Amino acid sequence: MLKIITKAEAGTLESGDIHIEIERNETPEVEIDLSSTVMKLYGRQITQVIRETLSELGIAGAIVTATDKGALDCTVRARVKTAVYRACQSSEYAW
Amino acid sequence: MKNPIGHEIPEQIANELGLGIYGVDKDPRVAEKDTTPLVEREYTNNKVVESIEEAIKMCGLKDGMTISFHHHFREGDQVLNQVMEVIARMGFKDLKVASSSLNSVHAPLIEHIKSGVVRKIETSGCRGHLADEISRGLMEKPVIFRSHGGRAAAIADGKLHIDIAFLGAPCSDTYGNASGVCLDEEMQAKVSECGSLGYAKVDAQYADKVVIVTDTIVEYPNAVQSIEGTLVTCVVKVDSIGDPSKISAGATRFTKNPRDLMIAESAAKVIINSGYFNNGMSIQTGTGGASLAVTRFLADTMKAKGITARFALGGITGQMVKLHEQGLIETLWDVQDFDTEAAASLRRNPGHHEVDGLLYATPFDRASILNQLDIVVLSALEIDVNFNVNVLTGSDGVIRGAIGGHPDTAKGADLTVIVTPLIRGRIPCVRDKVGTICTDGQYCDVLVTDVGIAVNPKRPEIKERLLAAGLKVYDINELKEMAEKVVGKPDALQFTEKIVGVVTAPDGTILDLIYGVVD
Amino acid sequence: MAQKHRLRRTMMFIPGNNPGMMRDAHIYGSDSLMFDLEDSVSMAEKDAARQLVYQALKTIDYGSTEIVVRINPLDTPYGRADVEAMVAAGAQVLRMPKTETPQDIIECEKVIAEMEAKYGRPQGDTLMMAAIEGALGVVNAYQIATSSQRLIGIALGAEDFCANMKCQRTTSGAELQLARQTIVVAARAAGIDALDTVYSDVNNEEQLLYETRLIKELGFDGKSVINPRQIAPVHSVFNPAPKDIEKAKRIVAALKEAEAKGSGVISLNGKMIDKPVVLRAQRVIELALIAGIISPAEVE
Repeated sequence: MLKIITKAEAGTLESGDIHIEIERNETPEVEIDLSSTVMKLYGRQITQVIRETLSELGIAGAIVTATDKGALDCTVRARVKTAVYRACQSSEYAW
Repeated sequence: MKNPIGHEIPEQIANELGLGIYGVDKDPRVAEKDTTPLVEREYTNNKVVESIEEAIKMCGLKDGMTISFHHHFREGDQVLNQVMEVIARMGFKDLKVASSSLNSVHAPLIEHIKSGVVRKIETSGCRGHLADEISRGLMEKPVIFRSHGGRAAAIADGKLHIDIAFLGAPCSDTYGNASGVCLDEEMQAKVSECGSLGYAKVDAQYADKVVIVTDTIVEYPNAVQSIEGTLVTCVVKVDSIGDPSKISAGATRFTKNPRDLMIAESAAKVIINSGYFNNGMSIQTGTGGASLAVTRFLADTMKAKGITARFALGGITGQMVKLHEQGLIETLWDVQDFDTEAAASLRRNPGHHEVDGLLYATPFDRASILNQLDIVVLSALEIDVNFNVNVLTGSDGVIRGAIGGHPDTAKGADLTVIVTPLIRGRIPCVRDKVGTICTDGQYCDVLVTDVGIAVNPKRPEIKERLLAAGLKVYDINELKEMAEKVVGKPDALQFTEKIVGVVTAPDGTILDLIYGVVD
Repeated sequence: MAQKHRLRRTMMFIPGNNPGMMRDAHIYGSDSLMFDLEDSVSMAEKDAARQLVYQALKTIDYGSTEIVVRINPLDTPYGRADVEAMVAAGAQVLRMPKTETPQDIIECEKVIAEMEAKYGRPQGDTLMMAAIEGALGVVNAYQIATSSQRLIGIALGAEDFCANMKCQRTTSGAELQLARQTIVVAARAAGIDALDTVYSDVNNEEQLLYETRLIKELGFDGKSVINPRQIAPVHSVFNPAPKDIEKAKRIVAALKEAEAKGSGVISLNGKMIDKPVVLRAQRVIELALIAGIISPAEVE
């Protein structure tokens, strides 16, 4: 069971990437603060992918700050997962 | 009646012929005989006025008038900003600014719009902060977007009447013979050569009053003039017409971007096998890395097959000049230059000719050069499944480009090739519908992306030729789906109800509307 | 679908933590793509790159391009996790860096087999290639090349090799001559591919062409590239020349004619043609077909 222990980040601000910062939320809610270069076209989808990825990993309470530079969904998933594993200080990756 | 020389001229014959009598009916415009030698006279008896303010007064600017500018200085232009600052200071209101295009450097217009100095805008395009603000509803009246050919035609037809044209010139003599290049070798280094002043020539021809704004007065005669002194009301010398590094941008190098190169190579293959790649052909390439690089890939095949082009048209680059100097292109028709090498060629090469916007692109005359155009390669921000092209508004709906000569040449050319990557960042460039239609899809024949080629169903013969040459041709819907498979289907944009821009077709009719964006 | 034998003129290197390059790296037409988890990724980002390449391989359709992943050596803290993630992601080929002995391959193969079982991939589905990047590896080249049925080829890694050899890269390539020849002979003896090192000056096409011609003459099957712009020049060297294709077509036609007559002697323009010449001609046609230079209809 993954549990957020510390604040962590993953990804970069390069074009095609997304920077994810994640920390524990005391309430069991996911709060997402997203800024994106493609906000109007894909903001909704990026938020949805972040939520799905967190829920897949069993993370209920998290505050996510995401800065997107046009990342594809698979990149969003990769960066969220990396940030979560780092925040949970876990290397028990489920592939 | 006897004229002053003593010959009898009956008033009746003068009245009948409407000719007036010599020495009696004097025209105030005729100057007295000036016996000062030229070397003095050019400084003592000329068209130079002291300041922009004096020029404005001389031309009789009034509230509500239309003033025009050109965009040959690109992002280096400071003529528009300087003139507008003086006009604002003098307290004029409700003007229409009709510039051949507007760039990021023209952001100071925002204040003039807010203060009521500027009420209307007509332009080919708009970028930067000014464009952002217009998209957010800055102006009461929508901006009218015209193509280069459409603008020239509207001016010639009087539909866009210019009261005063303020035309920046890299150099001029004291009588207003103004030019974008400088023949005087000693002065050349000091002049910010922009090359052709093709768009400005139309304004000079048709405006009621013409002010040449320059920072370099050259010795009379400035004999390579773009604008003839007889069209000019007055000449103002300012400290600077703008940033030389941005006016005369260095050589346009061929892109090293592998994606653009791949698109260019593919476009060249399309052209070579299209049926239009023949000895005596004519060609134009629009702006954008991929578009400009097409010539590089064509050149090898032209040499190998012994093919030469009769002319190349439009915005000229140093690379085009190279092909001209190698004998691959006989004539360069030049309405605008993209770099110093092209500008230098304009003064050096006898086969390199400046043309005005009207001869270049008017839709109303069979003689316009684009009607003799075989092949044009044009970029796109977006293209839809019906081949309609947007070059004006970004994926977020905000104005950020220019129509330029896109719709003019797309219609004029026999073969119109649109080049664009399938995806930019995460933005799909082949869409169900484009944000703003700038060019009617029926005139866009082939789409070349980094992933594949699609041919407009209206041109089945081209598709057959490409297939016969072994090229893979997709349905444009397939390309759209390939893009969406990678980036996902984008959400629809939201707009306000306010019309912020009107896009006109080359004939001046309304083609599309641009609505305000929602933040 | 992994394929042991296929065209490998170019293998384009993609840094494993750079999503911008991953979206459509296959469109430039390199025969293989090599996603790198090793030298191009800093230690602090190994987990991020592994996750990113995993997600990319699971999601993005790279068409018929061969997908290779360069993993970290097993004796680092990352190697085993890399193998697990990449086997799970369905990577076609794992590239082992810094291979010194056959034992390196055998140990990696064990981990691969374990992960194939864990993630339900058929045993043997994951192929391997070995990069030889030091003197010991060159000395052991044949043993390495024959150490696993999974191996598709062996490759030279010149930078590490030169560091190990205490020499410099030169324009002539003299410092790599023995290593290259040893590797190509070992690969041929083992029946697998020989792949050459990268040429890192992207703007020097002339030297890239020189190196490529050199290694093609030595018998290599292909070369690693680091930029899409290097693909066309390398292919231009490896692709058969039009006149060679024409000649090969005539030889293959003569072969068919001889077969039709039931004759064992193949002759063209009155001259007898030897078996090796026929084999070479067939190879030229095959290459031209795969490279898309000629259509199957042309050699019917």
